[in-house]
Amino acid sequence: MNSIQDRRQEYRSLFKQNVAKRLLVDKAVRIIVFSCVIIAIIPLGSILIEVFKNGLTAISIEFLTETPGSVGSGEGGIGPAIQGTLIIVGLSSMIGVPIGVMSGIFLSEYGDNALARFVRFFNDVFMEFPSILLGIFAFLIIVLVLGHFSVWAGAFALSLIMFPIVARTTEESLKMVPMTYREAGTALGLKKWVITFRIVISAAKSGMVTGILLSVSRIGGETAPLIMTILGSSQFFSSMDTPMDALPLRIWRLSLLPYDSAQLQGWGAALVLIMIIIGINLGIKYHFMNKKNGFFGQLIKQRRNTTK
Amino acid sequence: MTAMTTKSTNMEAPPEFSSTIDTSKYKMIAENVTVSYGGIDAVKNVTMKFKEKSVTALIGPSGCGKTTFLRCLNRMHDMTKNAKVTGKVMIDDIDLYSKEIDPIYHRRKVGMVFQKPNPFPTMSVYDNVTAGLRLNGVRDKKILDEIVEDSLKMAYLWDEVKNDLKKSAIELSGGQQQRLCIARALAIQPEVLLMDEPASALDPIATQKIEETIIELKNDYTIIIVTHNMQQAIRVSDYTGFMYLGDLIEFRETKKLFTDPKDELTAKYVQGHFG
Repeated sequence: MNSIQDRRQEYRSLFKQNVAKRLLVDKAVRIIVFSCVIIAIIPLGSILIEVFKNGLTAISIEFLTETPGSVGSGEGGIGPAIQGTLIIVGLSSMIGVPIGVMSGIFLSEYGDNALARFVRFFNDVFMEFPSILLGIFAFLIIVLVLGHFSVWAGAFALSLIMFPIVARTTEESLKMVPMTYREAGTALGLKKWVITFRIVISAAKSGMVTGILLSVSRIGGETAPLIMTILGSSQFFSSMDTPMDALPLRIWRLSLLPYDSAQLQGWGAALVLIMIIIGINLGIKYHFMNKKNGFFGQLIKQRRNTTK
Repeated sequence: MTAMTTKSTNMEAPPEFSSTIDTSKYKMIAENVTVSYGGIDAVKNVTMKFKEKSVTALIGPSGCGKTTFLRCLNRMHDMTKNAKVTGKVMIDDIDLYSKEIDPIYHRRKVGMVFQKPNPFPTMSVYDNVTAGLRLNGVRDKKILDEIVEDSLKMAYLWDEVKNDLKKSAIELSGGQQQRLCIARALAIQPEVLLMDEPASALDPIATQKIEETIIELKNDYTIIIVTHNMQQAIRVSDYTGFMYLGDLIEFRETKKLFTDPKDELTAKYVQGHFG
């Protein structure tokens, strides 16, 4: 019969034996994780390097501001495409962000019912939808009905891509806000919408902003739905009811041309698109994260205070 | 009403526990309150009356339903899925659970302090204290300033924060955060203050400060405090209720309950034989 003391001794010896092996496994896991990151970064990095290397030579004031020159001449620029991308991304965001944010609020704060489970399911399906189908949808219900290509149709298609992403990330960010803040608000006799908009959202702001930026970046690079809706153009924006250019469309067109000069311009347009998206991301992130009242900023600060 | 199988309803009632309800002496009366989560009763048919300007402590082992009961007094269970509350909670003759009343309005009469300090993380000290007022439409800066000073003084926090009211609430220590939460609860000018183990996450010095605050507040407020700490109940309360497995076993003046418990279970608990 083993006494309890003997058994404890035995348990302890079980632990000690394979320390060396565990240290080795620990190290191996670290190496594997690290190398996977490197493997993932290599293609990303090389794309960026390639775009910068090829694109920079194409960029000039003329390239950024003028309309495209004759095909293959290597002259002119991508002014209309830059303008078009800013218009279409802005317009889509104006439609997609409010609807997405409101849906996210509904799912998180009022989402304990069958309707919400239904919405959540279709939202997830929607998020993975091939974007060209959304383009075709917009084509069918707007372009065909109006009888001409339309900036509205493009914005509609892109906002359809945008809103499930925003809804989902908003929901997740709001859910991360501890229940106890909602309880505190309730105990202060505040109405639910006041608690949601003045307390919960302000605590979840940075997560929501990240989601919105993610969706902006996503639609900034969408090509397929735009082919079906705004078509592309070599003129600056003239009206909502005529075709308009956008950077992804321009990149696509230029890359199909058999001329070196056109392809160089394509690289330039790609660089401009990447810079616009990085610019929007950094600008907005800086604006929101740097404010000291951001939730995550506060969390970091709190952790710092407690470790002091 | 659910079946009255419980001990509490059969026990010999001390004067303040009698079944005839006379609201004149009492600020708050909970009558036959039962709370169930998905069919399981967490609080069973509890009736308690809380005298105006007194401190009532609720004690009992973990899981006995004291926090659940406390949350009924503010209709906090409205936020909890599956929770079902029956019975009456009267504040000044008005039933908090009556269908005609707006719980939001009546919650303003009842302040609540939670177990863990939960100041709003994105707001400053000043904004935390005034949150209940500002978000309820009080805009007058002068009044807000007055209330901030008054509330923070009542919560014994004023001296520590008066020079930096714009500081983020999260930069305060845990004990200061809890006193800030007390100030925030007081700022809406409640008449009843519910406290759910307000000192359980705090060190002895912060705990002492909170207890001093409670004793001071008794002059103006009806306070109901849930506590795990029997010494704390003795130090701060006038009346104590002992709960066990959802039943209110005994409810009397604190001194009597601790020195001369009528019920065997209470006696065992206060002597530390279980819990």
